[in-house]
Amino acid sequence: MGLSTLFDVKEDVLIVRLSGELDHHESEALRNEWKEKMYRNPVKHVVLNLEDVSFMDSSGLGVILGRYKEVLQLGGELVVCSISPPVKRLFEMSGLFKIVRLEENEQYALVTLGVAS
Amino acid sequence: MKNEMSVEFSSVSENESFARVTVAAFVTQLDPTMDELTEIKTVVSEAVTNAIIHGYNNEPNHKVIIHCAIQEGELELTIKDTGIGIGDVEEARQPLYTSKPELERSGMGFTIIENFMDSVNVVSSPDAGTTVHMTKQLTKNKTVCK
Repeated sequence: MGLSTLFDVKEDVLIVRLSGELDHHESEALRNEWKEKMYRNPVKHVVLNLEDVSFMDSSGLGVILGRYKEVLQLGGELVVCSISPPVKRLFEMSGLFKIVRLEENEQYALVTLGVAS
Repeated sequence: MKNEMSVEFSSVSENESFARVTVAAFVTQLDPTMDELTEIKTVVSEAVTNAIIHGYNNEPNHKVIIHCAIQEGELELTIKDTGIGIGDVEEARQPLYTSKPELERSGMGFTIIENFMDSVNVVSSPDAGTTVHMTKQLTKNKTVCK
């Protein structure tokens, strides 16, 4: 259990791949790492791949909302992909899809942000 | 017959996953669906996180108490802290409300709890702590009863 995170940069897009459980305990380390990656790389957009997230609660929503605000400052977009039905319900409940775009998979999300595959 | 379980643990964030897995294991005997199990785990996570970061201000030397009872396919879940309490419970239950925006809280905890449980009752008083009492009827048992 716990959470593991993989970061990757393609052109001006930071890809964040999460696997495991994203709760309050895991959210603090994730926030710090994620903020640092955005700061250290010349990125504008973020693709958040939630394919392997087995559990998430409102603490996870908080971290995503926080990064959304930073992406907005950069004039970019936050795109979420490969989301499981339970996590999708949380997003719907909190209205997050009004500000965050959902795409089927990472590759397609990258294409929509102009990254050649 | 009423089947009950209680667990008490330190107010540290490491115990959030312990708490939801423990409650889920107890509820398994009601043969819940995967969705119901996810809902219950999420609710436990929300209420325990509230107790730790709001009730106890992230201080590790306190206790969070969970009590579960199952009877005729219904789960009664009580999550209690003896922390600082909530001044205005109505306000705290509003979607997007958070007393700690600097911690990047989404303010969706109580909204998620209300969505996933059948009833939610919050009893809180300043300096005495907060008790969240919830119930949820599980579907499989509902069909059997009818």
